[in-house]
Amino acid sequence: MKFLDEYRDGDLAQQIAREIHRVTTQPWNIMEVCGGQTHAIVKFGIDELLPKHITLIHGPGCPVCVTPLEMIDKALEIAARPGVIFTSFGDMLRVPGSTTDLLSVKARGGDVRIVYSPLDAVKIAEQNLAREVVFFGVGFETTAPATAMAVFQAAQKGLTNFSMLISHVLVPPAIEALMSSPNCRVQGFLAAGHVCAIMGYEEYPPLAAKHRVPIVVTGFEPLDILQGILMCVQQLESGRAEVENQYVRAVRQQGNQPAQRLVREVFRIVPRKWRGVGEIPASGLGLSAAYVAFDAERKFNLTEHRVDEPADCLSGQVLQGQIKPHECPAFGGKCTPEHPLGATMVSSEGACAAYYRYRRHSAAETAFAK
Amino acid sequence: MKPPDFNASCPLPIQQYSHVLMAHGGGGKLMHQLLENVFGKAFSNPILDTRHDSAQFTVPPGKLAMTTDSYVVRPLFFPGGDIGSMAIHGTVNDLAMSGARPLYLSCAFIIEEGLPMETLWRVVCSMRDAAQRCGVQIVTGDTKVVDKGKGDGLFINTTGLGVIEHALNIAPKNVQVGDAVIISGDLGRHGMAIMAVREGLQFETTIESDSAPVREPVRALIKAGIEVHCMRDLTRGGLASALNEIAEASGVKIAVEQKMIPVREDVHAACEMLGLDPLHVANEGRFVAFVAGTDAERARDILRQHEVSANAEIIGKVVEKAAPLVTIKSAIGASRILDMPSGEQLPRIC
Repeated sequence: MKFLDEYRDGDLAQQIAREIHRVTTQPWNIMEVCGGQTHAIVKFGIDELLPKHITLIHGPGCPVCVTPLEMIDKALEIAARPGVIFTSFGDMLRVPGSTTDLLSVKARGGDVRIVYSPLDAVKIAEQNLAREVVFFGVGFETTAPATAMAVFQAAQKGLTNFSMLISHVLVPPAIEALMSSPNCRVQGFLAAGHVCAIMGYEEYPPLAAKHRVPIVVTGFEPLDILQGILMCVQQLESGRAEVENQYVRAVRQQGNQPAQRLVREVFRIVPRKWRGVGEIPASGLGLSAAYVAFDAERKFNLTEHRVDEPADCLSGQVLQGQIKPHECPAFGGKCTPEHPLGATMVSSEGACAAYYRYRRHSAAETAFAK
Repeated sequence: MKPPDFNASCPLPIQQYSHVLMAHGGGGKLMHQLLENVFGKAFSNPILDTRHDSAQFTVPPGKLAMTTDSYVVRPLFFPGGDIGSMAIHGTVNDLAMSGARPLYLSCAFIIEEGLPMETLWRVVCSMRDAAQRCGVQIVTGDTKVVDKGKGDGLFINTTGLGVIEHALNIAPKNVQVGDAVIISGDLGRHGMAIMAVREGLQFETTIESDSAPVREPVRALIKAGIEVHCMRDLTRGGLASALNEIAEASGVKIAVEQKMIPVREDVHAACEMLGLDPLHVANEGRFVAFVAGTDAERARDILRQHEVSANAEIIGKVVEKAAPLVTIKSAIGASRILDMPSGEQLPRIC
């Protein structure tokens, strides 16, 4: 397929891998921020091509994984109410709250629907004026413009039966929080290409300078990731800590400015709790004053309650790169994609799910590899 | 594929009612009319025409194969097929997976009150045509009508009976080290065709379902003396589920290669967009065959002579007797586990 197969070329991948071997002289820990990158690394076996002393640490960039338990519980509470049509992206449906998940609410009669775009939820609201339609707005800067557009359009259309449960999060504050942690082992970052396609990368030079880490804006295909790693290692080996852009075919320094304007119009920056990590200041988006009428938390008068993660689940340490998924004692035993303890085992982009799907047996060599 | 022109070849028999009523399942005159004018008329054959409570027939000598499947697809008509043809192909394909020649089918219909009679007739005509193509007779059946809102238009169950006329032992546990793994064509079309229609997703091209009978290429393999050890049709769960089930049943490790697995470009693009893996997506006219390694190329070439399996490929082999495991060599040459999908296939956020 055009624009895809070129970036999965086996010979080119081997070439870049050889170059990484050539330039690497010492151990380095590199974090890929985005869950999409983690998924590609494990699915294509990219880490198998790397020198042994380059360690990839899987970052917190899976929006499904970092949505706090309390927020999932709020979603479950709204979705179970009679008269509500609860709309969500597909992979939020299986994420367990403290008692159940959206798929189970649906099985018990809740009207829970998968949408592919927040704008589809607006359409559903227009077609069902007698019912309350709620969209579960989850994601990073990548999906924020689409969520913002849905709110904007609902306001333009004067829809009063549409609202959003919002759990949008922002990447740079999470990087700042990670780097400020005393346990941080990360020496270089692959920044999430899609986030930067929207936001650009002007937020990163201060982070790179303050923490003396190279940050390479990186795409999602195997060759993108290998090239991103190479650029990162080259910086580390030569003692540089700069922001570079590997994903030039999609990312410009200033990003997508109309999208940013829309996000600024509809949202304001708020503190946000990240599942497994805790609250990070100024790391989320909430509706701005002009659009609070679309805030489902207000509309349904939901009460705050605190819930604790299952004690057996170490997803917080996984999300912060302190352990690999298979180093968690619950991995593959108490915790599987069918019976997940934490969200990192649920989402297809979650590090635990990726390891479970592709790495469960350590000896996954094939006859072809020889 | 051109949609069949039901009206020209298949006019709806004159009906007093334009929609199915509860009374059509109530055992009285209306039900009698429905059975005679719709099912009896379309499926007519000497066994069915006796109108006995049970079909009577003699069977040829040899082992018999029997299978059953229920069909609940929404929408009832989709690009490349419909619930009727699918209900015939699916069951006939299950028989073909043991190398059986299909003989007879039973058909049970659960109809939601209010289904347009025209729709039912189109489905029934499609079943009649598909059964004819597969050389199988529908010899008994049942009809129930359920209240509006208690069904999804139409559910169909078919049970198939076939005869095994070969001496091969075709079964999952018969897979052997050194066997070649062959798939009969490109993957993922049925699942993506349904998802595109159901969710209103628009791609540049229309993805049609691959729903089709695979009896002929299977018969050709057996006739040519190919040492077939196991076959499985790749329906829900796709190739990944089939390979894992077989690895489990036979206690072997199977290794396949991504680049050998054909996936049509539009299906590939749709899967990429939704974050789905074509190897997890359903098919309705594809199967995987495990044949003796020495027969691999010949088997592939025989399959390629049939339209339904024209894109057959050898995608891997059975590596060793070991803890059940399926591995796949990725496009960039690394290897990983190919696991069964867990639960429903859910599109990703981004």
